[in-house]
This record gives sequence, structure tokens and C-alpha cells, in this order.
Amino acid sequence: MSVITIERKVLEKNDELARRNRDLFARRGIFVINMVSSPGSGKTSLLERTLALVKGRLNVAVIEGDVQTDRDARRVARFDVPVVQIVTNGGCHLEAKLVSDALESLNLNGIELLVIENVGNLVCPSNYDLGEAMKVVVASTTEGDDKPLKYPAMFRHASVLIINKIDLLPYIDAEVATLKSNALQINPSLTVFETSCRTGSGIAEWCDWLVQQAGAGKSSTGRKAP
Amino acid sequence: MHELSLAQNIMEIVWSNVPLGSEGLVRSVRIRVGEVSGVVPESLAFCFSAIAQGTSLTQATLEIEVTPFTLRCKGCTSTFSSGMGIVVCPSCGSRETEVLSGLDLQVVAIDIEDEQPQ
Repeated sequence: MSVITIERKVLEKNDELARRNRDLFARRGIFVINMVSSPGSGKTSLLERTLALVKGRLNVAVIEGDVQTDRDARRVARFDVPVVQIVTNGGCHLEAKLVSDALESLNLNGIELLVIENVGNLVCPSNYDLGEAMKVVVASTTEGDDKPLKYPAMFRHASVLIINKIDLLPYIDAEVATLKSNALQINPSLTVFETSCRTGSGIAEWCDWLVQQAGAGKSSTGRKAP
Repeated sequence: MHELSLAQNIMEIVWSNVPLGSEGLVRSVRIRVGEVSGVVPESLAFCFSAIAQGTSLTQATLEIEVTPFTLRCKGCTSTFSSGMGIVVCPSCGSRETEVLSGLDLQVVAIDIEDEQPQ
């Protein structure tokens, strides 16, 4: 019996395609975020609020990922930004190949920020690098403040946590401080924002930070792979 | 999590590392699965067996080593394991910790029978 040493990642195929995406973004000076969350956290509403404040300061494009329909892409299109909808027809997460295919339909000339809104799923997207600079995990207050402990991988892979729907706090038992503390136990380096799409609270702070990151990201030569 | 497509990936890695025609001699594929990688070892082994059936790797099985999620505290230098994914040092409470193991998902090696001389 002989042994052939391999030492290769099981996900190397996706990782290689993600690396190529990342190289493309770096060459074009595009800062890319991958928005992830459970279904119904308010990702698309948050994206709409973000586009309203950011599109005057940065040239933005969006890639939407959903199991079915182009409803989210149509919502985003109202903000007059280039957008492509990926329909997975059952796939529960985006992979690097789907993103690189979608990029062929997107005019990236002059684009400075690309937002990829992933399929609503707090489990599977965590392991699939798309070539983004960072994952932004959105957790709404109605999902319970123990969410990070129950779904640690996603919170571990993210760089930013947006606690959304803070306007609903008077009606539920969840505590923002507990959610934040639980998230930081899984990933102490998370940057945390608290937002409400309904009232607009916290949106400006998140957008200011995003614009600043996008500017800094463009000028840096190396980005940490998520 | 997606053990079926992971099993497919593993098969492709094996095929690309084994001399053409010797795939039938592969007896086991050694995999390292981190405790917090999100992969269920039994499910992965089952999926691999299922999709390897009828292929040149029909005789091969997965041997899975699960590596614990262990960290070292930069504060008090103690090492600890954390099956639930919490990275705070249980000894001193510091959040300045580094991961030593438990995140990987790797094809480590292939055990292959030697070709018998004709």
C-alpha cells in the first residue's frame, strides 16, 4: 500500500474562482461586500436605504441572489444602479462561479462599490468565498439575541454585524446588548451597527463607514480573504 | 452542509492526483474536518459512498479525522478547546485569542494499493 500526500482544500475549486474574482475587483478598484443573513432580516430594505445614501458618493453596482424571482433586483433597479439578478432555482447560497458569470452581464466601468446580496440563509453562504472584501451579516432583533451562538460560523466569517429592526425593540424580549455580546464571543473583531430601515436610525453611520472603507479598500493592494 | 457537493469535490481531487487507470486501487481517502467547519462527517462519508458507487472509486472509503476547535490565548498563553465556537479565553476572559485548529476541510492523503506486476 502506498500513500499519496495531497493536502488540498476540499473547496479549492470555489476558492480558486473566488481568488480570480478578487483579482478582477482589485484590478478595477472595486470594493465588494457580501451581505448575508437569515431570510427576512431586512437585507434588501437595508440595501435600499444604503443605496439612497451612498449612490451620490460612490458608483455602485449590485448582484442579487435569490432562489426565485427577480423581485429584489427590481427593487434595487429603482435606484438607477446597475444590477444583475442571479436566480438559483433551489441553490441555497451563491458560489464564486455564479458571481463570475453574473459579472459578465454587469458594466463595471467606473464602479467603486459592488454589493452582493446573498440568498437568505445563515448557514451555507459562510463557507463560500465569492471574492468579496468582507461579509456583512445582518441579524434582526426579532430573530433572538442568541442567534450568533446558534449560527457561529456565519458570525465568525463576517467582518461587520448589522443589528436591524431596532425600532421593534419595545415589542420583543431580545436585547441588543446581549446579541452584540454573543456575537463578540464568536468574533471579537466584528464592527457592529444598529439600524432601523423604518426610522432610518443608524443608516447614516453604516453608510459613512462603508464609503470610508470603500475609499480605503481601493487604495490598498492586498485584501484579507474572508 | 452540502456534503454531497463536497463529496463530489473530493472525488475530483482524487481523480486529479491518481495515475490514470489506477483509480480502482484507491482504498481510502483521508480527510481532515474541523469541528466547526460546518461539515457533518457521517453525512460526508455517506454521500461519498453513495456517489462513488459505480465509478472507478467504488472501492474507496473516506477516513475522516475530526480536528477539535482549539485556540491559544494571547493574554495568559493557555490553550483551550471550544466546541461551540466561542473564542473568549475561559481562564482569563481575554478576547485576544488565535485559532490553532478546527476550521479546516482538507483532503490529506490517499491510500492506494500497489499495482501488482502483470
